[in-house]
Amino acid sequence: MKPIVSIQNVTKRYPGVIAVDNVSFDIMPNEFFALLGPSGCGKTTLLRMIAGLETGGEGGILIDGQNMAGVAANKRPVNMVFQSYAVFPHMTVRDNVAYGLKVTGTPASEIGPRVEEALQMVQMGPMADRKPDQLSGGQRQRVALARALVKRPKVLLLDEPLSALDAKLREHMQLELARLQQAIGITFIIVTHDQDEALSMADRIAVMEKGQVKQIAGPEELYEKPKSRFVADFIGKINLIDAEVSGAAKSGLNCSAKGLGNVTVPHDGKASGKVSLAVRPEKLDLLAKAPTSKTNISVRGEIRDVAYYGDVSNVFVSCPDGLELQVNVQNDRAVDGLLEKGKSVWLSWHPEDTLVLTQ
Amino acid sequence: MAGKNRSRGPLDYGRSPWLIGFGILVFVLLYAPIVQLIAFSFNDSKRNIVWQGFTTKYYKVAWENASLVEAFTNSIAIAIMCTVVATIIGTATALWLWRFRFPFKAGAEGVMALPIVIPEICMGIAVLVMYSRIGGWMRTFESGPIHWWNELFSIWPLNLAAITAAHIAFSFPFVAVVVRARLAGFNRELEEASKDLGATEWQTFRNVVLPFMMPGVIAGALLAFTLSLDDFVITFFTAGPETNTFPVKVYSLVRRGVSPDINAASTALIVITLVATVLAMRLQAPSKSEG
Repeated sequence: MKPIVSIQNVTKRYPGVIAVDNVSFDIMPNEFFALLGPSGCGKTTLLRMIAGLETGGEGGILIDGQNMAGVAANKRPVNMVFQSYAVFPHMTVRDNVAYGLKVTGTPASEIGPRVEEALQMVQMGPMADRKPDQLSGGQRQRVALARALVKRPKVLLLDEPLSALDAKLREHMQLELARLQQAIGITFIIVTHDQDEALSMADRIAVMEKGQVKQIAGPEELYEKPKSRFVADFIGKINLIDAEVSGAAKSGLNCSAKGLGNVTVPHDGKASGKVSLAVRPEKLDLLAKAPTSKTNISVRGEIRDVAYYGDVSNVFVSCPDGLELQVNVQNDRAVDGLLEKGKSVWLSWHPEDTLVLTQ
Repeated sequence: MAGKNRSRGPLDYGRSPWLIGFGILVFVLLYAPIVQLIAFSFNDSKRNIVWQGFTTKYYKVAWENASLVEAFTNSIAIAIMCTVVATIIGTATALWLWRFRFPFKAGAEGVMALPIVIPEICMGIAVLVMYSRIGGWMRTFESGPIHWWNELFSIWPLNLAAITAAHIAFSFPFVAVVVRARLAGFNRELEEASKDLGATEWQTFRNVVLPFMMPGVIAGALLAFTLSLDDFVITFFTAGPETNTFPVKVYSLVRRGVSPDINAASTALIVITLVATVLAMRLQAPSKSEG
């Protein structure tokens, strides 16, 4: 399949900073693609370069096979939903949605039906005659969405579209955006700093840091098989344990890890010297007594803190050698009376759940 | 009762007799002279010191005073021409300062605001000196090829060009400052959204930027209009013997005592200014809803 968007060695420099540093990747048609990273990682700059709002970069951006070099923002087959929504305050909802068709000289007979269709799509039909100041944040966002979709772009760009909404509405809109994308079958590229948003909506995620793409993968692979400490730490919570490789074992590595002593963990590639052992907090079992399993990695510790979230608790356990591990436990009967500060407990997990991170 | 002992909060000023009294005093000091001016325009007395009875005849007297009416028409004509030109130049300046980055921008902004802070008397003298220089230079061409120029500029309202130009010079920075302040609150993403949706630079300006800055433009125009209408100092220095404006004319009349017809003419001016203000506010009202 031919990529709909192709980013080829794109670099963008500002005085004193490199916002986007030699980035290359392809986005396939109908994909829901997320650019994820902390603020200042260059994800928004990259999105704006695709839109044509940021010029003067190096490298090539191809949209549907066409090189976009020298093509102005108003001539590109992409449309954007802005972070502030940028809904025109002096126009009604209907005029806002019709704007993009009017300025490009679409015949009036075509504008009417297309605007209605777009408003239906985001369920804003009944509010078509309102002004933006009579709308809530969520409704304004729907207008911004309809305004972009009515243009039937090849790619829809979304710049932190949910960051201004409250938590409940955000969750609802995540679901709705994903459904909308499936229903209309346009490529979506979303920029976000919220890993939950990216994981729940996107087909593929590019994690960026300091202008570079660290890893591109589907949500599950990104969470279960992060390739670097940065990605592991940025996506969800993770325990990173300093370790040193002491030798190869049958289908794995022997390591001497801080607080754990000698452990054997599975690893495909080669590794030597200092590494990090990574294990997600929900893979750990919190036990009152020493585990009976001989294959599991286990360590004894003392509960230092308990963060209660209702359905789960995040428990911080101090282990030997100053090692600190966090573990997620379901708040069910199994942990009754166990989650108390200062309590002596055992942590145990399967070696298969341990990742060896070399970068 | 507990309520009686409750101490007054800092914002309960409605309950402090001192503050109420002070507020009334401020209003009286502000408006008493104006009310008095309007009231005495209806006074049936030539010397206009003691109230003698109600009459509207001084409005007729003022209306029949040809030189007063001429000065009045001049003032209005100058104010209108000045408003149109100053609004265009001022708005363009504001857009230029808002839109572009260039070397010495802060300096340019400061220089632009100079006419606001320079004492009017200095502006007046400066303009006078410049005009007399131009006048002297023109006279050397009296019989030369641009003789028609002098003829052209003795026709109304072109004979007001000198005063109008001076008014434009001191009022356009006010327009620029007001429009610039309005533009400072503009969300640049609106402009980008417009372009992203396929609009050209010009379409974006017309459909998005202009509607947004319109309230500022109208407020600026109104400011230019009132500034021009009641300017005395600069006009006094630039008015020729044949051209008079209302404030200058009133000044020359007042030296011989304030007669009720001056009150009447002043009242008419106040009414015109008020009507213009209300109209402008009305025009501004629909675009009140900025996000």
